[in-house]
Amino acid sequence: MDYVNSERTGQATLPTAIKILIAGGFGVGKTTLVGSVSETKPLRTEEVLSEQGVGVDDLSGVEAKSTTTVAMDFGRITISDELVLYLFGTPGQDRFWFVWDELTIGALGAVVLADTRRLADCFPSVDYFERARLPFIVAVNCFENSRKYSLDEVRLALDLDPDVPVLMCDARKRQSSKDVLVALIEHVKKQGLTRRPEPVGH
Amino acid sequence: MTMPDEEPVWLDDAAGPVVRPYAVTGGRAKPTNSFNVVALILSTRSAPPTEVGIAPEQARIIHLCQRPLALAEVAAHLSLPLGTVRVLLDGLLAQGFVQVNDPRPAATLPDDSVFEALINGLRQL
Repeated sequence: MDYVNSERTGQATLPTAIKILIAGGFGVGKTTLVGSVSETKPLRTEEVLSEQGVGVDDLSGVEAKSTTTVAMDFGRITISDELVLYLFGTPGQDRFWFVWDELTIGALGAVVLADTRRLADCFPSVDYFERARLPFIVAVNCFENSRKYSLDEVRLALDLDPDVPVLMCDARKRQSSKDVLVALIEHVKKQGLTRRPEPVGH
Repeated sequence: MTMPDEEPVWLDDAAGPVVRPYAVTGGRAKPTNSFNVVALILSTRSAPPTEVGIAPEQARIIHLCQRPLALAEVAAHLSLPLGTVRVLLDGLLAQGFVQVNDPRPAATLPDDSVFEALINGLRQL
């Protein structure tokens, strides 16, 4: 399909965009994973939030109201002319739930990256996706010098449902990151049509 | 000698935006759409119109979206917040200069063929 030279007298058929979220604590390797599988280096986009976390660039009292800029790193994998996969790193936990709600809408599923040295850092992500009923898997990013825990120990520590897959990965490696995404998609497929993501609305 | 259709670049990226986002959008502060970050945008014409006045950023969107790009990609390329790009898209849509494919939540769960295409596509990377 050549979009440039096609005659666009009518409505062209646009590809389907699939969105997957990459979550986890600060410094756990979210952007590394996005970068290792994406076709270009990760891009960055920003959402400007007012103090209340609603509206964009509200003109009323603009000088008095403080705004927060939330940055998101994301990447793209073109699967075919009909299918494009986008990977979005979720912004810092706790403060930006409004953006999480927005990102979750229309998402296929999520990967929660975990670091066994700071396992508690991914609690909020796990909690969020459980409440949002968005299918997710946990990928333990293996850092050097980190003590090796068994996947069962991680599952226990995170108090995961038995059907949530947990696997090891190296977010720097393309093959490993691909395996993580395939594992997520297979999990989502297995979950079937019974679940529908919804905003948590913090 | 300057190229006539090249925008003057007189600041590097590190300087950040020199105007508030609402100045880019002609004063309109809020979009009427709430397009998803992965809503795909495709221009319906090969070049910005000469007969109708549009903002330079809107002309850039028409140039960028000769191939389908997600809202987030357009925002990243223009170095503008997502909300600002949504406002710019309102104007472009009203004039029929772009089409937007916004994935609705109902489209979240694709059929099996999409899952298979995703898995096979990833494995072949």
